[in-house]
Amino acid sequence: MDFLRPATWEEALAAKAEHPTAVPIAGGTDVMVEINFDHRRPDVLLDLNRVVDLYEWEVGEETVRLGAAVPYTRVIEALGRELPGLALAARTVGSPQIRNRGSVGGNLGAASPAGDSHPPLLAAGAEVEAVSVRGTRLIPVEEFYTGVKRNALAPDELIRAVHIAKADGPQQFSKVGTRNAMVIAVCAFGLALHPATRTVRTGIGSAAPTPVRAGTAEEFLTAALEEEGLWDSGRTVPPSVARQFADLVAACASPIDDVRGSAAYRRHALRVMARRTLGWTWDEYLGNERSARCA
Amino acid sequence: MRVTFTVNGRRQEADDVWEGESLLYVLRERMGLPGSKNACEQGECGSCTVRLDGVPVCACLVAAGQVQDREVVTVEGLADFAKERDTGAAGPGTDPGAAQRWQPRPAGPATELSPVQQAFVDAGAVQCGFCTPGLLVAADELLERNAQPTDADIREALSGNLCRCTGYEKILDAVRLAAARTGTEA
Repeated sequence: MDFLRPATWEEALAAKAEHPTAVPIAGGTDVMVEINFDHRRPDVLLDLNRVVDLYEWEVGEETVRLGAAVPYTRVIEALGRELPGLALAARTVGSPQIRNRGSVGGNLGAASPAGDSHPPLLAAGAEVEAVSVRGTRLIPVEEFYTGVKRNALAPDELIRAVHIAKADGPQQFSKVGTRNAMVIAVCAFGLALHPATRTVRTGIGSAAPTPVRAGTAEEFLTAALEEEGLWDSGRTVPPSVARQFADLVAACASPIDDVRGSAAYRRHALRVMARRTLGWTWDEYLGNERSARCA
Repeated sequence: MRVTFTVNGRRQEADDVWEGESLLYVLRERMGLPGSKNACEQGECGSCTVRLDGVPVCACLVAAGQVQDREVVTVEGLADFAKERDTGAAGPGTDPGAAQRWQPRPAGPATELSPVQQAFVDAGAVQCGFCTPGLLVAADELLERNAQPTDADIREALSGNLCRCTGYEKILDAVRLAAARTGTEA
């Protein structure tokens, strides 16, 4: 095995071009588990810890350009206002030790359907900045996930950053697991209200081969909010609308039975999470603080 | 490959390190510092918690090559680390030879403990002891950045450290005790 330690982003790209099979490692919270358990023996490890650009973020007019290796801890501390959904999801990642090392770029690189970043990225709207010595491309996040633990990166590409739309309305994230810390999602759900465009977006985690948006549910809710005049009326969302939204979210998933939960349970949980996150975000939109009732 | 880094305030070298090796393996097997415990090897249990450039991390998930030229503090260096922090004076760090010869009940004078370590002893927070080093490093870091933590702060800070003996109550007592003692000194 080779261990490459590029000092700059340019060096990292050159190394990835020269060694396309090299496995990038930043926080190590996925890669080292695979190596420790002998599930993976890369020919080359490409350490990105020295590439300082990857640990920086820029808040722009419309988006946040989040460096690929910015640890979740920083997202929670610094970006809760711009990226509330992602910050909420980041709080549920692993433990403090894991959040100090793990990053959104790592979540995207691993492309596990259970990654906690994916639902909020899908709900907010995001593009992955994939770079190689050949150039840079921006991949819409919904096109980035191509299969279980597969993504759209070419062998010579590295993730430089994620461009995430700044919140223009309330966002929520909900995750089901057996405990409050150190839990891989049984399933997860992200919801973002976009009052500027009077649309809603969603993200489903751990209930399909890839993270997915619940497209028909988004269309239904967007239309229902418009038809009922709810964006302007200051009224709550009728229970029948919330129920149908929840049913459509569950229908958009294609979960399986596995060690963490059954397909039927996941659909049920998605229904519950969709209804609750809609209630929370809509309350916030109406200017009410999220009530203290049990999540 | 060779990896050179600072362990508990002293520059150390490890040779013939395999590229896929973890920092935890280097500490335990190559440097003779077995305080950081090896249990789950997947970041679940926190028993290998060390400080990497000040940040609490699971040593099992840091590739050895990633610590080149960086600073690591393990439980073996915690007392010296805490002392240097309290006095504000850079000390000589922790002698790895002395750390390797550490005994729980020394014949000579007892080893000096950090306030968090003393609180764990006094509160009876140690049962089998396996999780203790990771908890000590995590708790010490909590009190460094938050001298008067709430119970929720303590639970959050220690949420990545599993203990299968104590039910956590005495561990929480120990952190409260350490915080209270620090508070009265200040």
